[in-house]
Amino acid sequence: MNETPKPNSFRAGPDEDGRFGIFGGRFVAETLMPLILDLQGEWEKAKNDPAFQAELADLGTHYIGRPSPLYFAERLTEHLGGAKIYFKREELNHTGSHKINNCIGQILLAKRMGKTRIIAETGAGQHGVASATVAARFGFPCVVYMGATDVERQAPNVFRMKLLGAEVIPVTAGNGTLKDAMNEALRDWVTNVEDTYYLIGTAAGPHPYPELVRDFQSVIGKEAREQILEAEGRLPDMVIAAVGGGSNAIGIFHPFLDDAGVQIVGVEAGGRGLQGVEHCASITAGAPGVLHGNRTYLLQDHDGQILEGHSVSAGLDYPGIGPEHSWLHDIGRAEYVPIMDHEALDAFQVLTRLEGIIPALEPSHALAEVIKRAPKMRKDQIIVMNLSGRGDKDIFTVAKILGMDM
Amino acid sequence: MTVRMDKRFAAVKAEGRPALVTYFMGGDPDFDTSLGIMKALPGAGSDIIELGMPFSDPMADGPAVQMAGQRALKSGQTLSKTLDLAAKFRETDNDTPIVMMGYYNPIYVYGVDKFLDDAIAAGIDGLIVVDLPPEMDDELCIPALAKGINFIRLATPTTDDKRLPTVLKNTSGFVYYVSMNGITGSALPDPSLIAGAVKRIKGHTDLPVCVGFGVKTADHAKAIGASADGVVVGTAIVQQIAGSLTKDGKAGPDTVASVVTLVRGLATGVRAARLVAAE
Ligand SMILES: Cc1ncc(COP(=O)(O)O)c(C=O)c1O
Repeated sequence: MNETPKPNSFRAGPDEDGRFGIFGGRFVAETLMPLILDLQGEWEKAKNDPAFQAELADLGTHYIGRPSPLYFAERLTEHLGGAKIYFKREELNHTGSHKINNCIGQILLAKRMGKTRIIAETGAGQHGVASATVAARFGFPCVVYMGATDVERQAPNVFRMKLLGAEVIPVTAGNGTLKDAMNEALRDWVTNVEDTYYLIGTAAGPHPYPELVRDFQSVIGKEAREQILEAEGRLPDMVIAAVGGGSNAIGIFHPFLDDAGVQIVGVEAGGRGLQGVEHCASITAGAPGVLHGNRTYLLQDHDGQILEGHSVSAGLDYPGIGPEHSWLHDIGRAEYVPIMDHEALDAFQVLTRLEGIIPALEPSHALAEVIKRAPKMRKDQIIVMNLSGRGDKDIFTVAKILGMDM
Repeated sequence: MTVRMDKRFAAVKAEGRPALVTYFMGGDPDFDTSLGIMKALPGAGSDIIELGMPFSDPMADGPAVQMAGQRALKSGQTLSKTLDLAAKFRETDNDTPIVMMGYYNPIYVYGVDKFLDDAIAAGIDGLIVVDLPPEMDDELCIPALAKGINFIRLATPTTDDKRLPTVLKNTSGFVYYVSMNGITGSALPDPSLIAGAVKRIKGHTDLPVCVGFGVKTADHAKAIGASADGVVVGTAIVQQIAGSLTKDGKAGPDTVASVVTLVRGLATGVRAARLVAAE
């Protein structure tokens, strides 16, 4: 009888110490503690401040372009011959992904706190671009840390950030991916505590980041829930999203968590397969540990050293996952499955040809799972998938892998 | 709390000088060389040893300590081997306090209870775990104190008077004052600012206050030691090791000797500290 009792609501977390069950928390150096306590205090106030919420909503409408459409993918549905497939079109947002939802929210917090400099980490460069964008819009200098490997494979986004006035600092430590960029951003923050706001790009890190990023991204799920009720008169049977750090996924999942009939599926990067270390499936193949301020599932060895992982998609190339996902997995409310590089690439092409939408490689992972599941479902069942970003940034990577001339 | 730690601070105080606390990374560049370094430290004038536990993602460390950790991990160092290092050292030295310093994840994965038992068996006197602030005391601090191991906390320039009592509440052994907002290996700030901070902390606690981050030379040690109960040197030692290695990163012919030379100089610095203060 060791099973944890199911909570009354799956949407009440985290507790005041930032815990989702055993996950989350505040595992940071003392230098940063006063800062994250300040941020928490400011967030509590902003959350309940109608003026803050009004500004957020106004920028959502006029700057981001919200609400994003919920689109019935008719030809894909027909092609797969099963459940009806809807896309939540986050790729139509300003800057081309869901990342901007969080950046607009956090830059307003930075402004409230009187900070004058923004730092961010980025993997695919989508968060870096979104950060550079809001920094330009609000007149902040912005430094983006990006792994050297990612600088190379996401070159178009590096150029966009520079155009927007951000300084992009390549990080050569480790494999030069998102984890290393995050370490370097934390080092910058510890050094520049007085004036600097750390704009974390995913629903991970020390409390209150996982909570506030989730809250800013939950607009995705709130809209999707209303839109599907409007379109179909009922809730979907399944909601699917790709999981890197987990922000687009928790954003669409959270408003559905207490709808018992809605199955929740997170898709991790299976890379080249789960046997070795060439994947980023933290939940499927990792173990609980502590990194970057929170306890969560991590790719690590028996000595607690963090492993580097691999994914064709820079945005999923992270050895951890947001703590709320770890909790949702442990209590069984959500299911997490891996999708291999090649399956994501196939899905990328299917969508391009059938629907005329070039998806980013991150949501292509979610799409690959949809392609597996939809045919096994009844035609009156409904899947909502978060199409978190557009694929313009990935065309060079895809061309190289498919051996196509540009 | 542990006898070794209190005795050592009392002895140093009786000599009218601050303690020299030396940090190196366990297993850098390999187990045997690093054991050689550890054994040589007390003779060179180190009063307390900080034994670094390598971690793949040292978020509060600069490049020198990061690379030391990478070298150690590459040579096969693990937490269990770092405990072995301490145990081997204890075979010939039962007086010098050993403080293990690092990040939480390897300890968490090892298992907190097992780690504490093994640390006691290896003769460890204290722990510094960078990513465990007071808000996380239930994880390791409380269990460590219950078993008689010191939990040494970092206080920083951002730890204001309002927060200091929280930070000091479960701290034992000594307080480690981080001289600046930043990572290890940064430049040393103005010693008079540091003296002010040490005084501020001493207004809240009777524990010895040691200062680290940025101390690299005998002159630094002398200047900081004028106000602090101890001076911590890390990056300079780690860089000395790095500079002594062969091209392929293996131990050089005088890796141990070059550390000894550096530490001797630093020891002269701390011994001169109070003479200056008295002037
Ligand atoms: C389009 C897109 N989707 C998903 C992700 C993964 O991040 P998260 O799991 O936080 O949504 C990224 C990250 O860069 C991205 O660019």
